[in-house]
Amino acid sequence: MVKNTLNIGRISEGFVLDHIQAGKSMDIYKYLRLDKLDCCVAIIKNARSNKMGKKDIIKIECPLEMIDLDILGFIDHNITINIIENETVVRKKALTLPKEIRNVIRCKNPRCITSIEQELDHVFILTDPEREEYRCKYCEEKYQRK
Amino acid sequence: MRHLMSPLDFSVEELDQLLDLANDIEKNPAKYAHACAGKKLATLFYEPSTRTRLSHEAAMLNLGGSVLGFSSAESSSAAKGESVADTIRTVSCYADIAAMRHPKEGSTMVAAAHSSIPIINAGDGGHQHPTQTLTDLLTIRSLKGRLDHLTIGLCGDLKFGRTVHSLIQALVRYENIEFVLISPEELRLPSYIRHDVLKRNNIPYKEVVRMEEALPDLDILYMTRVQKERFFNEEDYVRMKDFYILDKAKMELANKDMLVLHPLPRVNEISVEVDDDPRAVYFKQAKYGVYVRMALILTLLNISVED
Repeated sequence: MVKNTLNIGRISEGFVLDHIQAGKSMDIYKYLRLDKLDCCVAIIKNARSNKMGKKDIIKIECPLEMIDLDILGFIDHNITINIIENETVVRKKALTLPKEIRNVIRCKNPRCITSIEQELDHVFILTDPEREEYRCKYCEEKYQRK
Repeated sequence: MRHLMSPLDFSVEELDQLLDLANDIEKNPAKYAHACAGKKLATLFYEPSTRTRLSHEAAMLNLGGSVLGFSSAESSSAAKGESVADTIRTVSCYADIAAMRHPKEGSTMVAAAHSSIPIINAGDGGHQHPTQTLTDLLTIRSLKGRLDHLTIGLCGDLKFGRTVHSLIQALVRYENIEFVLISPEELRLPSYIRHDVLKRNNIPYKEVVRMEEALPDLDILYMTRVQKERFFNEEDYVRMKDFYILDKAKMELANKDMLVLHPLPRVNEISVEVDDDPRAVYFKQAKYGVYVRMALILTLLNISVED
């Protein structure tokens, strides 16, 4: 009988994003704009997890300064970020809510200037950390998570 | 360089200075008649306005300056698809200060970010209208003698009425302010203002539907128009537009020193028979609008006038 396992090799420098809610890895791939990077990315979907049952994992092999991971605090602060150097985990990055989110989410208010002005950054400001509330910098409309 | 985007851009102390300056202008107009000689105000109005545009222009002309601008998007290069950022970069080459109204929320902030001259937000969609708030504050302070210890009734469209939102945010900074929010259920004050501004600042308020119930307790009654342009649905607008009509009979219920303010234009919500009541101060308010804009132009241009 063939054992149903999938192995992805170690990375020498980069990040391992662990404990991603199962099925959400492609969202994170999109938010981090990993498609734009010329580096090796492995997406593991529905990996077995003692804690979560199923989880997704993303491995990114790249120089550490190449990716700004602060946005993950907005997406899901339960994600574990392992920072890899010389094939070993050198530290884990704690996630906090970013104070500002630029060009990751879009303002949905049809009355907002971002709906018509060309080349305008979509910027959201953290206005209430307790309620994890972000508002558009321009029209102050609250961002509604799905 | 400083812009005016929101009424909260000024601290309470700065606001006091601005209102003092406006009162001095009211008393001594001749002293300020040439304060802005050689300066130009650009009025960039992408949507129709009578009093806001004219009061900015009157303010600059009273200060001895001159004005240029456009009064609709169709007569500007926005009709050709020019961005706000590019328009303001260009206008910065022609004028010393600009007042801008635009239907999109946050548009004036984009302008300010790309401008090399001070920008006055003359209304950005349903978002902010700070010079109206400055006008309201000057009217109240001049006629009541104070901005604290007041019970203010806000009546009409409290949902889309940006003047109401801005006035609340400005007044909660003063002591002993109470609000009575008078609106139909559909046009209630948005919850983020009730929670984030009123509750967070421990400001007492009550919500009522009938105006008659509130009138006897008020120092100020701030009436608003139900704005057709804020509705996506004509049917809802027609249902709401004549919900409140202030008339002589209702004025009988009010205190003898209650003031009636209205940002204008008025449609049906205040009967013309109320106009002769000395408590109806909405046309005086329009005059204060010019004084406060004169004070604002001087402040943003950093021009001081010696005695």
